[in-house]
Formats: sequence, C-alpha cells, structure tokens
Amino acid sequence: MTDDTLLSARGLNLRFGAIPALVDVDADLWPGEVLAIVGESGSGKTTLLNVLSGRMAPQSGVVWYRDPQGHLADVHAMAAPALRALHRSDWGFVHQNPRDNLRMGVTAGGNVGERLMAQGGRHYGRIRAEAIAWLEQVEIDAARVDDLPRTFSGGMLQRLQIARTLVTHPRLVFMDEPTGGLDVSVQARLLDLIRGLVARLGIAAVLVTHDLAVARLLAHRVMVMQRGVVVETGLTDQVLDDPQHPYTQLLVSSVLQA
Amino acid sequence: MLETKGLKKQFLLHLQGGVRIPVLDGADFSVAAGECVALVGPSGAGKTTLLRSLYGNYRANGGAILVRHNGAMIDIVTASPRDVVRVRETTLGYVSQFLRVVPRVSALEIVAQAARGLSPEQARERAAALLTRLHIPARLHALPPATFSGGEQQRINLARGFIGDHPILLLDEPTASLDNANRDIVIAMILEAKAAGKAVVGIFHDTHVRDAVADRRFEVLPLQDAA
Repeated sequence: MTDDTLLSARGLNLRFGAIPALVDVDADLWPGEVLAIVGESGSGKTTLLNVLSGRMAPQSGVVWYRDPQGHLADVHAMAAPALRALHRSDWGFVHQNPRDNLRMGVTAGGNVGERLMAQGGRHYGRIRAEAIAWLEQVEIDAARVDDLPRTFSGGMLQRLQIARTLVTHPRLVFMDEPTGGLDVSVQARLLDLIRGLVARLGIAAVLVTHDLAVARLLAHRVMVMQRGVVVETGLTDQVLDDPQHPYTQLLVSSVLQA
Repeated sequence: MLETKGLKKQFLLHLQGGVRIPVLDGADFSVAAGECVALVGPSGAGKTTLLRSLYGNYRANGGAILVRHNGAMIDIVTASPRDVVRVRETTLGYVSQFLRVVPRVSALEIVAQAARGLSPEQARERAAALLTRLHIPARLHALPPATFSGGEQQRINLARGFIGDHPILLLDEPTASLDNANRDIVIAMILEAKAAGKAVVGIFHDTHVRDAVADRRFEVLPLQDAA
C-alpha cells in the first residue's frame, strides 16, 4: 500500500455572500479508501464534494490529484477539457438524483455503454456485453438492457447510475447522498452493493451523507462538518462511538434508535 | 504482543455541561502470544472502555498502546487512522457484544467477508464450517441475521471474529447469551486460538468460561468520579 495520497486539499475557503461554506478545510484521501463527509444540511459537505471534484472553484486553497503515473495535478488549474476527460475516465460522480447523471432518452444499456464509448470503445458487441455484465453486477435484469430509464424505479435508477459510473473502472468516485431519497428497503441493498464494489475494485471514494449509519457501514474515515468547518476527523467507528467535539456528540446522540 | 503504558481515558460530555468522567488512569497491561488475559472488575469499572481503547475504537487521552504488527511495535494511540485500519486488518480481531452489519446480507456472507487471504469460495467454505461448528444450522446461513435470536447473533459475531485468524483477539463478553453447549464450543475455540499462539484479551462475566480460558486476570478498578 502506498503512502501517497490520491487527492489532497489544503486551505479551502469559499463563502456564499455572508455564509461560510468552507473555512480552511484540509482533506486527504488515499487509494482504496472511503472517506465520508457528514454534517447537517447547510454544513458545507456538498460544497466540499463539489470543490474536491473540481465542479466548483474555491476562493482560496488548492486541490491536488495524483494521476496513475504519479504526477500531481492542481485540479482547479486544469484546463476544462482535461478536467472533463478526468471525469470521464479516472473519476466518477454519483449524484443524489440519478436523473442528473443518466440520459433519460437513452436505453439502460446505452447509458452504461456511453461512458465506454467516450473512452474510445468502438466495438458495439463488446460494449453491449460489458453493459449487460454491469447491469447484472448492480442486480438489474439483463432483459431490461434496451428499456428506457424512465420505466425504472428510483432504486433501479440509482443502481443504473452506479453501473454507468463504475463501468470505466474509475480510481476515485465522488458520491453525494447515494442512498438519499430511496426507500429503506432499497437503501440496504444499495449500501451492500456499493460496499462490495468499492472493496472488490479497490476504488477510493468520497461520500457525502447526513446519515451516520451509512457512514459507519461504508467509510474507513469520516470528517464532521459544521458551518463550513471540519470540527472532527478520524476513524469512522472512533468518531461515532467516542466523539470528541461538542457538535459531533450532539449529532451522534440525536440519532433515533430504530 | 500487546502492551499498554500509563493508559489514560476520560470522557468529556459537552452536552451534559462538560462533565468529565475519568475511566482509566495509568493502566499498565500486557498480553503475550499464546496467553489469555481476562479483564475483571465491577460493572462500570471500565473493562469495555479498556478493550475498546485497545482496538482504537475509543481514543485514549494519554499513554501508549503498543501492538506487535508485522514484526514491529505500533502505538495505537498515536497511529494515523489509516494505520489503525491496517492493524485491524492484519493483527487485531474484535468480537463485540452486538452485531452491526448491513441489513439484508446473509449470515454466511457476513462471516465470509471478514476472512483474510482466502478466495471468495474458500472464505464461504470456512464461514460455513465455523457457523456449523457454532450450531448455526445450514438452513439459516443464507438468511440475514436481523431476525435471529440474541444467542444466534452472538455466534455469527464470534464466527466473524475468529475467521480472520488475527494474532490478537479482543473478546467482549463472547459467551453472554449462549447456552452451555455453545459456551463449551467457544471455550474450545479460544483454547485452540491460544494453542496456535494467538494472544487473547477478554471480558468474561461467566466465571466458568473465565476459569477455563484465562491464564491471568487484570483488575480494572473504578476511579473516584472527579468533579
């Protein structure tokens, strides 16, 4: 295992008018590691995800990404085409709402195959076979390969989005509330699916969630945010079982026991 | 295999007006390969706190927890979270009192996923063997354990703790909800682990189990509550 980080952020600051969204945020992610960003609505966690993934620029601070050749790239200094290429190949982004990522007018198989074609895949038969293999990995019946996503349930759409994201074997996946808005029965299956895929493929992930149970099940480490500030960071089970910061203690003690 | 020096742990409860609860103050503890040490003391004295601190689940406030990991000593108190994850993967196994898993995953998968260095097929075979040894019948292996009895869940937890074959095993009340037959199996498993050179630290309220497996006791005494 290497000690080089995959992604590193230092001194990120971003304000929306008077509202601080990020205040002096540092973050590190190592290959194969899952990092959860937790906090309440408005704590800045989604903003941090967007800044880490280059989708939103910070007012100050820097985000470094180490490419497979070991070169460091300043994510916010990259040219737009290079960043787009990164998002199409090495990176993946799983949105809370799968409709933000999927093309609703294209078949399920097309949605998965499109990412392969964007990477230069041209052999139709191979692309289709790989798309079907991925549908099966995310437990979507292969018979649905030619159906439009609009005929899919919310849970299936989310799984289709995950297949579309992972088909190119990204090294790093950003996930924004991947189980938000789903029925709890579907959430459990999706969690297990994400956990299995991330562990098996050795993918690193930054996961935004307000659900501490999701963080516990998926993440090695967790960052707790409050009003744009990272108030606590550490091993997931340590932060959740022995929280040190008043805000983390409040968060942990406020969870309903089912 | 594992040694603590001057281990301190207190809880600071911000929501309760900043109450401080000191639990451990300078605990010096050690366990060798092939040895089982039982943590003893009255309820609330801090046995589980000590055990959880050893695993890095609780953050110690002072002192050191030295663990032999890949031939070198590493201090859990100051190790980075990533290093603690690695130590848990290869060196430290933990059996908690409660099973906490992804819902709707089968008992067999839960155990098999905790295996190390085995192919998925081997892991499932080994998991099935362990579960069967712990009297979880094969017809239950494919079911998620949420609906299982307390004793059955505990045995799933035990199978998950033992399948990893870690050099150091931390056991928190491993036989609390088990009947005598299953209790004896757990005793046999702990004795086998010791014979294989593993270091075992456990909390055993059941004196029969404790007498059967422990070589030594380590007293955890309640501290006077500070104001």
